[in-house]
Amino acid sequence: MSKPNQPILATNKLNVSYGSNHVVKEVNLEFLNNSVTAIIGPSGCGKSTLLRSLNRMNDFNHNVNISGKVLFNGKNIYSRTVDPINLRRQIGMVFQKPNPFPKTIYKNIIWGPKINRLLKDPDELVENCLRKAGLWDEIKDRLNHSALELSGGQQQRLCIARAIAMKPPVILMDEPCSALDPKSTAIIEELITELKKDYTIIIVTHNMQQASRISEQTAFMYNGHLIETGTTKEIFTKPKEKQTEDYITGRFG
Amino acid sequence: MKISPRQFTSLVFKILCSAITLFALLVLCILILHILEQGWQWLSLNFVSNFPSRLPHKAGIKSAIYGTIWILTLTALISIPLGVCSAIYLEEYAPKKKWVSWIHLNISNLAGVPSIVYGLLGLAMFARYLKMGQSVLTGAMTISLLVLPIIIISASKAIRAVPDSIREAAFAMGARRWQVILGQVLPASIPGILTGVILSNSRAIGESAPLLIVGALSYVAFVPESISDPFTTLPVQIFNWASRPQEEFHGLAGAGIIVLLAILFLMNIVAMIFRQKLGKYKL
Repeated sequence: MSKPNQPILATNKLNVSYGSNHVVKEVNLEFLNNSVTAIIGPSGCGKSTLLRSLNRMNDFNHNVNISGKVLFNGKNIYSRTVDPINLRRQIGMVFQKPNPFPKTIYKNIIWGPKINRLLKDPDELVENCLRKAGLWDEIKDRLNHSALELSGGQQQRLCIARAIAMKPPVILMDEPCSALDPKSTAIIEELITELKKDYTIIIVTHNMQQASRISEQTAFMYNGHLIETGTTKEIFTKPKEKQTEDYITGRFG
Repeated sequence: MKISPRQFTSLVFKILCSAITLFALLVLCILILHILEQGWQWLSLNFVSNFPSRLPHKAGIKSAIYGTIWILTLTALISIPLGVCSAIYLEEYAPKKKWVSWIHLNISNLAGVPSIVYGLLGLAMFARYLKMGQSVLTGAMTISLLVLPIIIISASKAIRAVPDSIREAAFAMGARRWQVILGQVLPASIPGILTGVILSNSRAIGESAPLLIVGALSYVAFVPESISDPFTTLPVQIFNWASRPQEEFHGLAGAGIIVLLAILFLMNIVAMIFRQKLGKYKL
């Protein structure tokens, strides 16, 4: 296992294209263990595609073409010996729109561990995950209600709880707050700050304030290229590249 | 109160639509009342427990009820697994290629093929070529062919209506494809699949033409005991009675229709209760 502040995940000359549309170009990027890395950039710059290639969710797209390497604990996840299913058990994901399963809250949490035969004490797991996601007190009396009865913000926190039920070392988040109101967003940001003690979090966001509030590392992408990467403080106070500066100061994007 | 022309149009349209709906309901009520009037007096416990007879007051539908239950059960056992699995393949596994959409198109066409054609196919294929004769199994397999397109189409629609975000969430938890399908997609689409099952049951219980062709008998004084026995069903028996000249047999046909409608009604209520129960997690 990697130590704190060592790269747990890294891309090496990663290229992703859909048909003739080259979306991610020659990206070399390292993600440090137990920290929050934000990927920022204007819409369509390839940040979500980059994120989805880290747990091979792009595999489902039929005309996708991927070259280069993604190293997870030093091992290329695109090598033939790697089973993407095992990989996704270790790299969890939270999506842009809350997508709880149309089942009870309880079953939402235990489904992943159950199908992967990791389930030991379901009651304890449900309580733990919901506590970590800051939902326990709100919904502990409604565990057998449909997850779809929850509000949008609660659903998204349930999705985070569902992801951490698998105890993955890495959690990918694809603009997790873009469908939420400011109050729910604040709660989730607080939650992310809390979670980084135990997890490595990679978050795609188009909200620069959010990136500066919650992340330690920031990567700026534009037109499929990784323009600049560094600590969030550096990127937001003294960016080296002109494009980064223009984007951060709101001149485009 | 003054009514503007646009409000007037909207009012007229509303009245027109309700009038047409009422008209359709009225026709249905008249039909049912007519049948009740014709068959009510013939309805009795003996009617249900007697075998058919050439004497109207002794005639009953015991063999037809048993035959109908045999055919329905076998048809369900054959057509539901086949239909749902085909729909799963077409929606979840088959590549999004031209030949798949061509298959979809042809399944829709099959749903519109007249039932007598399925009867001829069943006669040639099951009864003669596979030497299954005039058996319950021949009848059930023929009816299964008939209802398969209905089940596949509605199951496909129900599976397609499950949003991809659910599949993505499941895959991102490290689920394999079969786990995603059995654990998430099927449970979420069960209400829609059941709607197709209800439709196909209603179709199966009412068919007589293909069964007549494959050799359902009109006079059966015994109950089928295995899948290779000869049989008759309610619609066949009703058809037979209705085509006789004597007035009494028309009454018997009416009574048969009442029983048929009652069975259909009960069956659909059971399916609807199931659908209600399983569909409580609305997408």
